[in-house]
Amino acid sequence: MKRREFLKLSAILGAGTAAPGFLTGCSPPPLPGTGAVETSPTVCNICFWRCAGTVYQENGEPWKVVGNPEDLHSMGRLCTRGTGGLGSYLDPDRLRQPMLRVERNGRQTFQPVSWDEALDFIAERMRGIAEQHGEDRLCLFSHGVGGSHFRKLLASFGSRGYAQPSFAQCRGPRDVGFALTFGEGVGSPDRTDMEHSRCIVLIGSHLGENLHNGQVQTWIQALEKQATVITVDPRFSVAAGKSKHWLPIRPGTDMALLLAWMHVLINEGLYDADYIARYATGFEQLAAHVQPFSPEWAFLETGISAAKIRETAREMAHHAPASLVHPGRHVTWYGDDTQRSRAIAILNALLGSWGRKGGFYNQEKVDLPDYPTPEAPKPRSDWQAVVQKDFPLAPSGITNAIIDASIGPDAFFKGWFVYGTNLPFTIPDSARNLEAAAQSLDLFVVIDTMPAEITGYADVVLPECTYLERIDPIRNSPERNPSLAVSMPAFEPRHETKPAWWMAKQLAERLDLGRYFPWDDYAEVVDWQLQQVGSSLEEMQRLGVKNFPRTTPMYFTPGQSVEFFTESGKIELYSAMLAGFGQDPMPVYTRPERPEPGYFHLNYGRAPAHTFGRTINNPQLFELMPENAVWVNPLVANELGLNSGDYVRLKNQDGVISNRVRVRVTERIRPDSVYIVHGFGHTDARQRLAAGRGADDNGLMTRILVDPIMGGTGMRGNFVTLISEEYTA
Amino acid sequence: MIRYGMVIDTQLCIGCGDCVVACKTENKLPAGLNRDWVVEATRGRYPDLTTEFRSERCNHCSHATCVHTCPTGASHLWKDTNIVLVDPGKCTGCKACIAACPYDARLIMTPDGYIDKCTFCHHRVEKGEDPACVSSCPTHCMHFGILDEPSSAVSRLLASRQQKVLLDETGNQPNVYYLI
Amino acid sequence: MLEELLVTVRSNPKIDPSLGIWSWEIPAYLFMGGLTAGIMLFASLMVLLARDEEFPFVARKLPIWAPIVLSVGMLFLFLDLSHKLYVWRFYTSFQPSSPMSWGSWILLLVYPVSILLAACTLRQGYPWLGRLVDRFAIGKGIVDFSCRHRATVAQWGLVLAVFLGFYTGILLSAFSARPFWNTGFLAPLFLVSGMSAAAALVLLGTRNEHERHTFTRIDIVLITIKLALIALLLVNLATGSGVQIEASQMVFGGEFAIPFWVFFIIPGVMLPLILEYWELKGRRRAWMFISPVLALYGGYMLRHLTVDLGQTSSYLNYVNAFDPALLDLLR
Ligand code: SF4
Ligand code: SF4
Ligand code: SF4
Repeated sequence: MKRREFLKLSAILGAGTAAPGFLTGCSPPPLPGTGAVETSPTVCNICFWRCAGTVYQENGEPWKVVGNPEDLHSMGRLCTRGTGGLGSYLDPDRLRQPMLRVERNGRQTFQPVSWDEALDFIAERMRGIAEQHGEDRLCLFSHGVGGSHFRKLLASFGSRGYAQPSFAQCRGPRDVGFALTFGEGVGSPDRTDMEHSRCIVLIGSHLGENLHNGQVQTWIQALEKQATVITVDPRFSVAAGKSKHWLPIRPGTDMALLLAWMHVLINEGLYDADYIARYATGFEQLAAHVQPFSPEWAFLETGISAAKIRETAREMAHHAPASLVHPGRHVTWYGDDTQRSRAIAILNALLGSWGRKGGFYNQEKVDLPDYPTPEAPKPRSDWQAVVQKDFPLAPSGITNAIIDASIGPDAFFKGWFVYGTNLPFTIPDSARNLEAAAQSLDLFVVIDTMPAEITGYADVVLPECTYLERIDPIRNSPERNPSLAVSMPAFEPRHETKPAWWMAKQLAERLDLGRYFPWDDYAEVVDWQLQQVGSSLEEMQRLGVKNFPRTTPMYFTPGQSVEFFTESGKIELYSAMLAGFGQDPMPVYTRPERPEPGYFHLNYGRAPAHTFGRTINNPQLFELMPENAVWVNPLVANELGLNSGDYVRLKNQDGVISNRVRVRVTERIRPDSVYIVHGFGHTDARQRLAAGRGADDNGLMTRILVDPIMGGTGMRGNFVTLISEEYTA
Repeated sequence: MIRYGMVIDTQLCIGCGDCVVACKTENKLPAGLNRDWVVEATRGRYPDLTTEFRSERCNHCSHATCVHTCPTGASHLWKDTNIVLVDPGKCTGCKACIAACPYDARLIMTPDGYIDKCTFCHHRVEKGEDPACVSSCPTHCMHFGILDEPSSAVSRLLASRQQKVLLDETGNQPNVYYLI
Repeated sequence: MLEELLVTVRSNPKIDPSLGIWSWEIPAYLFMGGLTAGIMLFASLMVLLARDEEFPFVARKLPIWAPIVLSVGMLFLFLDLSHKLYVWRFYTSFQPSSPMSWGSWILLLVYPVSILLAACTLRQGYPWLGRLVDRFAIGKGIVDFSCRHRATVAQWGLVLAVFLGFYTGILLSAFSARPFWNTGFLAPLFLVSGMSAAAALVLLGTRNEHERHTFTRIDIVLITIKLALIALLLVNLATGSGVQIEASQMVFGGEFAIPFWVFFIIPGVMLPLILEYWELKGRRRAWMFISPVLALYGGYMLRHLTVDLGQTSSYLNYVNAFDPALLDLLR
């Protein structure tokens, strides 16, 4: 910086003053790392994977974030987004101070206020809700580690309402489906033992584009060891490009393929008979159930040849039990998602991969005690029984059900805290309901680092500092190896931002709940917890990560008797529980709707440069991928006269029209589908980079296929057509 | 002369761009400038397709046309290696080297105006570390080392796998190899 | 089908989406360089062939334009530099493998020779200037010196002119990385074009019928050669490697077709040729100054298009998956 100013000045003052500078040659910019370098440990929070890393500063300037080599969870490497983590700190468009909605000249605007004003306002409204409706009427939507502080606050207040979009909009069905089968979910991080797999089946999984760091790395390790990968996807995904078999399935027919695979495994006697006999129940019913679903039958549904179905089934069986049918992650597709996840679970059971090397391993985490605080009061009602009575099998909060239960004068919920999740871009077709909820609610608090569409609904916006400026709860993820990681603030919070723990504690004190937060600084909690397991904050400040030895076996031992956490204590191929709730005890196939002529299946997915819509405005990641593009097969492009780089708008079956988006003509997509990366098309002008760039898939999802078992929102039943757009730069 | 090179496994690369972000942060590049980039090459027709991802940068060519073209000696080789550097104190900004590079690997540093490029992170190599891009890659698909040393990881990979370089026909003798 | 896509956006200014490091400055510099070469070549020949009287304009009035045109050209070169304060670095080393280094040193020789070549013509060509120069001891000394060694200066002038003319082409053709430039026909083409431009200058300046007539004939020959060289260049490319074939195609279709044919070949080459031919046939009109102006224009356009075509032709064919212009938001 200095040098540059000097040059400019010398250019003005003429050669006389410039001479000393340039006659000796300009001093080249100093090489990185030759100044005063400082480091501090961090745990990345750009996505939920939470890889441990180190933040570097040079001469007091932020420099870089790199992986912590000791971290087995991330194998010492950050992903693209983690490497670009500094961008979240540097982003000039961050929220800077608390804001309160006020009425001015008949128009509502946000007014910057002091923290005291904002917090007093919230505390007063919370009291009001408690008096008028009861203290159990608050709810927290959360995505991100700091949400736990607010969860604690609400619990101590008397409210347990809680939901993460990662359940009903993402991985809920697979966890329910697996729990119904094996008695346990897949968990997060996923308990897939891919580095030992010999055969991996990916169904609509965006592994590689979806940069779940540790998981991608173990998958790559499998590739390196020449494992067979079978990818089922209407799109030639990155994973498909690395697969031995790509099955370009007709969208929505995955269940037919899964049933046919079961059919082959059972009818050809390729399943793990010993494993099934020892651990499973309901095999007879299953065997009878899958008889009609021959590969020939499935071909007509899926477009995958019977020979290919047989070949791949045999290949899976050949490598079993180190054969993993990956449960996927975002699986809220067609409304029968829990059943499809059940089918995947059953397939894994037939291959004997659950609890086996190369399949699903047993996770372990550090036994870390909680900081001692008084027990939270017993809530006066069971909110799930009220709000989610239609979905008794849902173990977690269903965002969309909660939104419905927040609309109108008689609604159950009266106050919302929304932490780190941009609901209108997360929950399909939610704009109208969010609007209605916002009208009904007495309190609507948004806590975030960035202005986003959700902040537009709020009464109060609380600006949080980024993970690089705060201490977060200890990372103690269930994994192969138990380990702890601690994130220390590398920088002072910018502007007037504060960490979530501070906000929660301040509110608690205003509500006479200070006893639940009996410390001054959250660092004390972290230190206390670390002391209980033989470490300390001081040690972790140095190490960042501490690994602990495993104490339980990672896999079932041969012949081991295992008690599964299901009703029967066995793997339930036939689910009596589902039957009891009036659902199909075994998965059945329903033919999906087909698009009208001129319309295409709207497929969507992830890109490695971004975490949903949350990072688009991060300058370092924006630079990598500033917009999305709609993938169109050349046959379609020809017919419509479209070229790569042209702009179009997408119009869905209900007439909803997207923002304009560039076309990418590519062979990598089926002619009956289009594809866009999720998270773009922001409308909030305060995100100056992201606003108006690309199209938002979420807004086009007006046809939602609700999962009758767990209440998830199936998003893949939507069709779009392309409207040409004159390019106006 | 020590010949450093990279060996990048296109079979494992997922095109995530971590190498690009890592280069930018490590080397403090201004926004909008890139020393490396990722190319996705798709061949074939649906449904018979292959894709290949390549992380690309300066090839630190053995026949470095950029160095030959530089009129001032600003483009030079680092010590006794093939690592091509630019000395901003000698660079006039004539841009001949940019025109001379068939890979378009060079860039104009803004706002200063001198020419910049991938340095193979020689400031790290000097300390025995891998370049920033190599050591950030989450798929571990990039390797760096001395090509003429038969025991180096890069040499062993080249000995054991099929490979290619980019634009061999230009005669630049690039030193970034792609395993295919 | 091959789809090669930049999945991380590349938007290095002046390099992406296609090379555009050189706009008008370098073509103008190359044109001025070529023109200088042509002027010096004709001026030296007059001296060496002792045709002063026969071609008064070329012998007496033209030479002073060499250092002037060259200075303007070098100013353009300077304007193009993106790290201007370091321009002196051209002269702290000599890089034998770099045409540009050769060029900058050649220019350093050309300069004094062009001045000496002009000096001796001042008293006759521009008496007022001659008197002015003679007033200063150094000026008078230089003029006297140049007249004493007129033949030697002219020999040097001839050699350096050819070097300079060739160099303006070699500068580009040495770039093996740019298919359109990478052909041996560029150097002679630029030399001939430089001479043709100088001839056009003569046609604009001379009042002597014999001189005009002769130089019209010379120019017709030069333009014809130029046309042939352009054709050969295109044929050479069209029969070359894949990327060169692609490069040659650029002038037959696509964004360069119209500029090449409509704005260069027709007005800058064909029209002057036809007009000068008419003139030779004695159909002289008052507006005949147009043909040399067009020829000069053609001389510049040749360089401009060559520079542009070369920059656009590439071994790589990558396109950005996303709009690179969006990165401007960050700058
Ligand atoms: S970081 Fe590695 S996997 Fe990602 S694009 Fe670069 S080379 Fe490929
Ligand atoms: S890739 Fe380009 S910049 Fe790098 S050494 Fe080769 S010619 Fe020079
Ligand atoms: S070697 Fe260094 S400078 Fe070159 S691309 Fe990699 S990180 Fe960038």
